[in-house]
Order: sequence, then C-alpha cells, then structure tokens
Amino acid sequence: MSIFKLSLKNIFSRPMSSVLSIMLLSLGVSMISLLILINTVLKEQMDNNLKGIDMVVGAKGSPLQLILSSVYHVDSPTGNIPLKEAKAIENNKMVGYSVPLLYGDNYNGYRIVGTNSKFFELYELNIKSGNFFSKDFEVVVGSKIADRLNLNLEDEFISSHGLRETGEAHANNPFIIKGILEFSNSVADQLILTSPESIWEIHAEHDHDDEHDHDDEHDHDDDEKEITAMLIKFKSPMNIIQFPRYINEQTNLQSAVPSYEISRLFKLFGFGIETISLLAYLIILVSGISIFITLFNSMKERKYDLALIRTLGGTRFQLSLMLIYESLLLTIIGFFIGIGLSRLSIIFISKIMDANFNYSLNNTGVLNDEWWLLIVSIIIGLVACLIPSIQVYRMDISKTLSDE
Amino acid sequence: MIVTKSLEFSYDNNFIFKFPNINLKSTENLLILGNSGIGKSTLLHNLAGILRPKSGTINIFNNDISKFSEYELDKFRGENIGIIFQKPHFVNSLTVGENLELAQFLGRNKRGDIKLTLESLKILDKINKKPKELSHGEKQRVSIAIAIINSPKLILADEPTSSLDDSNCANVINILKEQALKYAAQLVVITHDSRLKKHFKNSLDL
Repeated sequence: MSIFKLSLKNIFSRPMSSVLSIMLLSLGVSMISLLILINTVLKEQMDNNLKGIDMVVGAKGSPLQLILSSVYHVDSPTGNIPLKEAKAIENNKMVGYSVPLLYGDNYNGYRIVGTNSKFFELYELNIKSGNFFSKDFEVVVGSKIADRLNLNLEDEFISSHGLRETGEAHANNPFIIKGILEFSNSVADQLILTSPESIWEIHAEHDHDDEHDHDDEHDHDDDEKEITAMLIKFKSPMNIIQFPRYINEQTNLQSAVPSYEISRLFKLFGFGIETISLLAYLIILVSGISIFITLFNSMKERKYDLALIRTLGGTRFQLSLMLIYESLLLTIIGFFIGIGLSRLSIIFISKIMDANFNYSLNNTGVLNDEWWLLIVSIIIGLVACLIPSIQVYRMDISKTLSDE
Repeated sequence: MIVTKSLEFSYDNNFIFKFPNINLKSTENLLILGNSGIGKSTLLHNLAGILRPKSGTINIFNNDISKFSEYELDKFRGENIGIIFQKPHFVNSLTVGENLELAQFLGRNKRGDIKLTLESLKILDKINKKPKELSHGEKQRVSIAIAIINSPKLILADEPTSSLDDSNCANVINILKEQALKYAAQLVVITHDSRLKKHFKNSLDL
C-alpha cells in the first residue's frame, strides 16, 4: 500500500463523479487538441503545396476560389482565359517561371489536368513506373489514385465532363495510362496529368462539325484556345508588389497571390477556432470545478477515514498528498483520453475529407501545443485540490473523532 | 512505562481539565473510569499525541511526547500506539486487508502478518470485504486488527464496550487483553462502563 495506491482506490470508490470529471476534461482537451491538429496539419499541407508559387492568373472571380482551385485543386475554377493573353503574361520580363493548367474532365472524381513538363519540375515529381505522356490522350496518374482505383500502366479509361463524376462521358476518346507517379505528399498525388492538347482535343470535337481546311483551322484554333489558369513565379520577389495589380487593373484577367489569400482564409477560420477554443477551455474549467466539488464533498463523507489515517501515523502532508494525487490522476487520465479522442476524430475527419475533396490530413505525433495543454490540465488539477488539501492539512482530528 | 505529571488541558482557556497523575509500569494495564463530559476522550487524545497538553508532561516509553513536533507525533503514534475507538473507523474505499496494509504502510512497519492477525480475531474470511459489508461485531474486530497490526507497545481503547451487551462486553475486553498479552503491549482503556472494573487490577477514577 502507498499513498498513490490509496488515491487510486479512492477514485475507483466513487466511479460516477470520477467519470464525470474525466469526461468533462477529456472533452475539453480533445476539442482543443483537435483544433490545434487540424490547424497545424492543414497549414502544413497548404504550405507544402504552395511550392513557391508567387501568383496565379485566371479568369475574373473570387481570388480565394482561384487559389483553391488551381493551387489546392479543391474548388471549381473561376472560368477560362484566352491562351493568347496567358502567353503575353508568360513572355513578360518579370515572369521567371509559369505553368499552364487546363481543366475540363475528371475520372471517378479525380481531376484531369492538362499541363506541361514545368508542372513536374514545380512539384518535383518523379515517375515510379512508365513514362511521361508524349502523345495526346496519354496520362500520368498520381500515386494515391493509382492505389485507390487500382490502375496499371496501359490501362484505358473514359473521362467524364466537368469536375464531378456525374458529368457526360467522353466515350470517343479514352485516355491511356503511360506513367504512375511516386508519392510526393502534394496535390499531384490526387491528380491525373496530361498534355494541354488532350484537353483541347476532347472538347474541340463538339465544335468541329463544320468543315474547315486544315491550315486555316490551325491558325484559327490558336486564337480560340483557352487555358484555365497559370501558376507564376517571378524573377525577383519585388515584382509581387506591382505585377498582380497591373494584371487586375490593365487586363481582363485576375491575379491572386496564394500566400496572401491563404492567410486571409486562416484569419476567417481563426474567428471560429477562437470561439470553439474558448468553449473548450470553459469545459476544462468546469471539469476543474467538478473535481474541486467532488474532493470538497468527499472530505465531509470521509472525515473519519481521514482522521483514522492520522491516528495510524499518517502525517498531515501525506493526507494532502493523497488529495493532490486524486486530483492529478483525474486530470492526467482525462488529458490522455482527450488526446486519444482527438486522434480518433482526425482519422475520421481525414476519411470524410478524402471522400469529399480527395484531400487527406496526415496524422502527426503529440504536438508542442498539446504539451502545453497537459500543463494547463495539471494546473487545473492542482488548483482544484488546493483548498481541500489545505483544509485536510489543518484538520483537527481530535474534534472529528469526538464528533461521533 | 507510561507516566504523566500534573497534566492540564484546555480547549479555550475558560475551562481547564486537570488530570490525575498516571504512573504505569511497563507490564501493567490500566482502566480509566469517568462519567461523560469529564474529559475522558480528551485524556486519551493527549496520551495518543492527537492533542497537546496545556501544561505538564506525558512520558511514554521514556519519550516526552509533549515536546514532539507534529511530524514526530504522527511518526511516534504510527510506530508505537494502536487506538480503538468506540465507533469503528475505516478507510471505506479499501477492503479489510487493504486497510491493514495501509496501517502497516503508515506505521512504517512491515512486521505484522495480516492473515495471522485476522485469523486470531476469527475474521480471516472477511479479508476481501469492504467495511460497509461487515456486521457491527465484525467491524469492531477489524478495528482491533487495524490497531494491533503494527505490534504497538501501547493500545489505547476509547469506550470499546459501552454499546455492547454483557456477554459481548466481556468478549471484547477479553480479546483486547489477549491481544495485548500476545504482543506484549500495555492496554489502557478509558470508559464510563463500570462493568469493566472486574477485568483490571489497576484503575483510575477521573
């Protein structure tokens, strides 16, 4: 027997109130921990996918939507822009690096993106098996898609129009898989990549019923060709100040700066996160109060037990220690259950996100902020037992024993 | 050897308890008799180091416990004194066996054998029971077991028999005397129960 074991037995001897205290604390802890986790993991993934992109050019609309669609591939694109205008920007002397993006089709909900070799450079993508695409309708698929849909080299598939699975099928032009990418922990894992020509080709068909002579068609086409967006890196970081404004004011295109839009997005999140955090801290506080009330009441119930411990040779300090252990045991058990709950929830949330947005969250170990949460829990536990342990230290055992 | 000299105690300085001197040789037991309100429990608490006298000395086994610090008192009590109360007390979250383990831990003593002690009190079968599941008689035996598990040199009993009928009264006092003899402990019983007179050679009227 030891004081610690005695505290443990005491906790088990009042299961209802112990469970209540632990439940409240673990609820509060799991809420905060979940917020910290989502915030950290989401930020990490968003930063990871930024890959030094300074600016995105696309059709007019919401800048956040443009960023979400062309950098993170979660929202719908704002529309298309003429290839001619995109080329003009590409050739501007301030632009160091540009990657065209074309949308139009999907396969089983995974986006088919028309782009060129610069995309592979930007995301540092390597081929796991097969080759890059060289002809029209050849594709390279991201590693997650290959795994999920069990796709192999030389497999053919038929895309459907739009970005949802329910779009009209483009049955005449099946795509053929020529390469599968290595896992890169970037958006490319859930994309199907092909040449811009494939996308133009598949959509051009509808309009090609009327006869053109071949040469004429080529010239004509370049004028009408469109892309969806263009990712841009500048030659000098200074350009980020003037160039986006120039595009927004002087052209029919829209430019958006990802780092700025993302921090705006997190500011919007921030308000909600703060509100929920406040609520969660309130729950932790209530759990502290519940521990305090439990200990306080139990002192009346077990005053003879406490007096007996003293008459058996227990010191005042040992009695106080017993209450401190009881309080800390409750909070620390609550903390670890809370952390466990938040890990379970993140797995669950990641599954939902994956199913709805093809975007999953990577789980991480215990974060620094969570160790802070442990310290907060311990402080709550210590404060909750402060008054009871002082009372028990000062207890008049003679008076208690004479009370019978 | 238990010796007290001109022992006085006061709760609030208005009324002062004056206790007669005790002078008990190391093999003797003592019955202290007195009516309610005369300060019987107060004397017992002074002897046990639970209360501190206002003046006078308490010498137990050549230790002047009136000069001890709070910590020293707790330690001394745990190692040398076993106390039996009128109403048995336990740590209710623990089983009978665990209560005895706790007494050993708090008394810094691993000498006593829990099973043998319970056996000698004929309650070994209650070792895994919670105190609440025991009858009154069993409770009293367990509280005796808790008091003697550390083989104390002094056993203090506060009204151990006042609520018992004649046969149980004789029973309990015999158990106490028997256990005191077995562990070579001195037994001091404080009571208003004059039935106990015939069981003690030495008695003191308050």
